[in-house]
Amino acid sequence: MFVDILFWVMAVVAVVMGAAVFVVDSMARATYALALSFVAVGVQVLLLHQDYVGVIVILMMVMEMAVMAVYMVMFMGMNPALMPMSMVHDKRKALAASTALFVTLAAGALLVPWPTRRGTPSADTTRALGEALMSSKMLVMTVVSPVMVATIVAGVVIASKRSRYDRLGDDLRGAPDDPQRGGVGR
Amino acid sequence: MTPDAATSPLTLVPVGWVVLAGAIVLGLAWLAAIVDGVATSRSEASPAGLGRPLREVARLMRQRRRTTVEADTPLWRTGSSGLLVIATLMVIVVPLGSWTVFDPPVGVVWFNAMDVCVWALVWLTGWGPNSAHGLVGGYRFLAQALGYELPLMFALVAPPIAAHSLRVGDVATAQHGLWFVVWMPVAFLVYLIGVLGFSVWGPFSAAVGADVAGGVEAELSGLDRLLFLTGRYALIAAGAAFAVPMFLGGGAGPLLPGWLWVLVKTIVVLTALVLVRRRLPLLRPDLFMEVGWLWLLPAALAQVLIVSVVAAWRG
Amino acid sequence: MTLQTVLLVAAALFSIGLYGAISQQVVVMVMMGLELMINGLILAAASFWWFLSPDPSGQVLLMVIIAAMTVEMAMGFAVATLLHRDHEADMTDMAGDLSE
Repeated sequence: MFVDILFWVMAVVAVVMGAAVFVVDSMARATYALALSFVAVGVQVLLLHQDYVGVIVILMMVMEMAVMAVYMVMFMGMNPALMPMSMVHDKRKALAASTALFVTLAAGALLVPWPTRRGTPSADTTRALGEALMSSKMLVMTVVSPVMVATIVAGVVIASKRSRYDRLGDDLRGAPDDPQRGGVGR
Repeated sequence: MTPDAATSPLTLVPVGWVVLAGAIVLGLAWLAAIVDGVATSRSEASPAGLGRPLREVARLMRQRRRTTVEADTPLWRTGSSGLLVIATLMVIVVPLGSWTVFDPPVGVVWFNAMDVCVWALVWLTGWGPNSAHGLVGGYRFLAQALGYELPLMFALVAPPIAAHSLRVGDVATAQHGLWFVVWMPVAFLVYLIGVLGFSVWGPFSAAVGADVAGGVEAELSGLDRLLFLTGRYALIAAGAAFAVPMFLGGGAGPLLPGWLWVLVKTIVVLTALVLVRRRLPLLRPDLFMEVGWLWLLPAALAQVLIVSVVAAWRG
Repeated sequence: MTLQTVLLVAAALFSIGLYGAISQQVVVMVMMGLELMINGLILAAASFWWFLSPDPSGQVLLMVIIAAMTVEMAMGFAVATLLHRDHEADMTDMAGDLSE
């Protein structure tokens, strides 16, 4: 009973806040509406007994949206105060496409004869996840890790303005020519 | 959450006791304010440090709210009042002796998720009033958070590895005989740095620095200011309280009952953290970011590696 | 809370996200749309796991989705920064040379 009420409250929060992202006229509000939507989904994942994944969704998404807000302010190219913003194209087509998609997905969800439940959850789902990642599903871990490292490196390379050649000169032997020195005396 | 009390060494008390957890947080925040007030009075050679917090509360409760043009009031209020809520949500996973209000199987990750919420709340407090000083403060905090958060996460990873569990109660009971602080001092130190970081305190208070007219706090007044300041003290208190089951053996100790030991240890850590403000200079967030990534993160990772090897060797 | 109801919520999130991703002009808002779509995916995957096949290793899929999302965000921010620096562009329509 309690679980059902909490689920429905969180469902409403997730969907309403998700829609609010594209309705409200403030960058900060849009970003934090999305953060709330993610937190609500995180709670729902907790209700579906995936403790670790649920808490991780909340952790990561709040962090990501805090950073996202900075990018929003940086790239929206307008006064960060409350300004009306409607920067959309093909609004009608987009609305039609997403409505059609929702009808299709909803019909699928309701009409497909879902199979009955197979298997039983282990008593400690977090331990099960850890053991799966470190034994039978090790391949996932070994693939995701280099992808993550590659992402960090690629992200820095794409986004940084000055490469090490700009900092240290063509032979990489010069003194770093930084506008601001770092905190560890480089 | 899967409630399987059978595997937990703790007694789960009814949800209503969350009120007591909140009261303890407020009490500890009050204590922290008194400690800081006494220290301030001593350095200024002014009398009556004990009454400082009470006077300040009375003053702020009577103060009229200042408003700013085009302020984003809902976000602003969320930010300034949220810190206290987050501190309470952190404290409820800390077992008081053998009782706990909330004992999720991933309690350590829960604490981490809550401390990440501080990112959002401090930035929102800076953003809300539509003031340049506030926003500068908010950005400073995010830059600093990028520096302390990853080392903090890895510092929090070390005790659960040694305890083979993410449940806070298991971590506390796993250190009978030898507290984790003894053989993971680096993780403990990095953790304390993280606590100072998310409490915007001492060397990490650039976001509320005097050079930006109070930064995030610049436009806060009256009740909002009271809630924000209390929230900061409460966050230090919550960080100190969480250090007890993670590094300081939980309720273990001679003579006194477990719950009292938890409180005593919390108060000792809290006092040290509060007094550190007068001993250390302010760290600029942009400089600290490099310190965090080039020194603290490798140090925390090395600590985790050592702990993992020991844990694997013990079996 | 049944499989059907959770999937309905997930479908709603995914559709709203799709609307945002194709209608918004600003790069960061498009990313918000993509995020919302992934939000729906997380919920759907979680419910499939719990209601259909809660075996110990099924949660790994969720970790993969979350990892995919972080990669999307990191690269999105990096490319947005690069676009902004090189073209002063913050809208998808202004980044025409990416399609040539």
